[in-house]
Amino acid sequence: MEIKLYECVGTFAENKDIAKEIRINKIIPSLESGEEVTLDFEKVKSATQSFVHALISDVIRKNGIKILDKVYFKNCNDTIKKIIEIVMEYMQNHS
Amino acid sequence: MKIHLSNSIWIGNIDPFINSFDTSNDKLLEITSHKKWVSVHPVVLCMITGLGLFIRRKQAELSVEKMEATSKHYFERMGFFKILGIDSGIKIKSHESAGRFIPLQLITNSQNLDDFICEMIPMLHLNPEQAEPIKYIVSELVRNVFEHASSPDGAIVCAQYYKKSNTIRIGVVDTGVGIKHTLERFYHPKDDLNALALALTPGITGTTMRIGGTEANAGAGLFFIKSLAKISRDFFMIYSGKAMYKLLKNPKNKQIKLISDPLKDHFSSETNLPFWKGTVVAIDLCLNDTLNFNELLDLIRKVYREGRKQQTKLRYKKPQFI
Repeated sequence: MEIKLYECVGTFAENKDIAKEIRINKIIPSLESGEEVTLDFEKVKSATQSFVHALISDVIRKNGIKILDKVYFKNCNDTIKKIIEIVMEYMQNHS
Repeated sequence: MKIHLSNSIWIGNIDPFINSFDTSNDKLLEITSHKKWVSVHPVVLCMITGLGLFIRRKQAELSVEKMEATSKHYFERMGFFKILGIDSGIKIKSHESAGRFIPLQLITNSQNLDDFICEMIPMLHLNPEQAEPIKYIVSELVRNVFEHASSPDGAIVCAQYYKKSNTIRIGVVDTGVGIKHTLERFYHPKDDLNALALALTPGITGTTMRIGGTEANAGAGLFFIKSLAKISRDFFMIYSGKAMYKLLKNPKNKQIKLISDPLKDHFSSETNLPFWKGTVVAIDLCLNDTLNFNELLDLIRKVYREGRKQQTKLRYKKPQFI
């Protein structure tokens, strides 16, 4: 499944309620059915750490770090890449 | 209760302003001001608005002395009297606020916040690189209010851009439960300053004892914001209950190093201020070239990693060999 985040959050990904909705209604069901998930950040210019945390931390916590083999981040600019890296790193240290 | 606006109140000299707040009579709030000139940080506007709303909710009396200062128009334009439903008698020529300030706003829900973030950047006339950290700060601080404060008026926000110093000054205030109360359940802070220090430490959140937080909270927002102020060598202030923590400006000749323990930063604190029911946050951010958001993220990643290791180490229980 490919999730186009711009359509849900616009250019600034900060709304944690939307992140939660995407996680619960799209990411988790897709992964549970064995699908790979691509989070497409095209046209999204920035994101908060809180948004990325709400989007994926629980997926890692519940499924373990191996689940990341099935999650792809597409069209991320440098800022978004760094924020995703920060979240990924601390989740891996404590998952 | 009495509060007096002296002629100049900024983060650097906010301590006497807060200390002079007389909380003795909660049936009446009297706001008075300097007769000639009043020049204040946006956070001060947020604070007096928060107090006014608090008093109204308690059905106590609110008395705002008629302002005589030449700068009284600023208070009118920032929406202070309008939010409190006071006829100031001050006449201003209405014009576009773009390019200078964001008037006082009460943000009570997620949709309000989304709309506010969309509107605020054009109002400040900033380029996208400059806008990045500001959107970040407002989003994180206001969402903190939604998630932790139980504030009846939501978040009270306003900001001002100062062209001469190329600095944006932002205030975000709530009249909710305060930080010590939020952290009480899992961390049992011994006092308000200890609560502020915990809140500023990466990995600590009021929603769990678990380092790294829950699915919704990582405990990183305030640390990110304090780090932005530190990198831009500016002030950051947080006040809740009886304590205030103020990150002081780092001298230009000193190399900046981010530290996870806020009590090891260059800071000042107060522990016996008039009790603020809720939380007050203020930040100054110079928008010059030294503020590179991506470089900041690299530094944060490094220090966040180290800080979390320390937290884990502190909690690690060694086997007790006897």
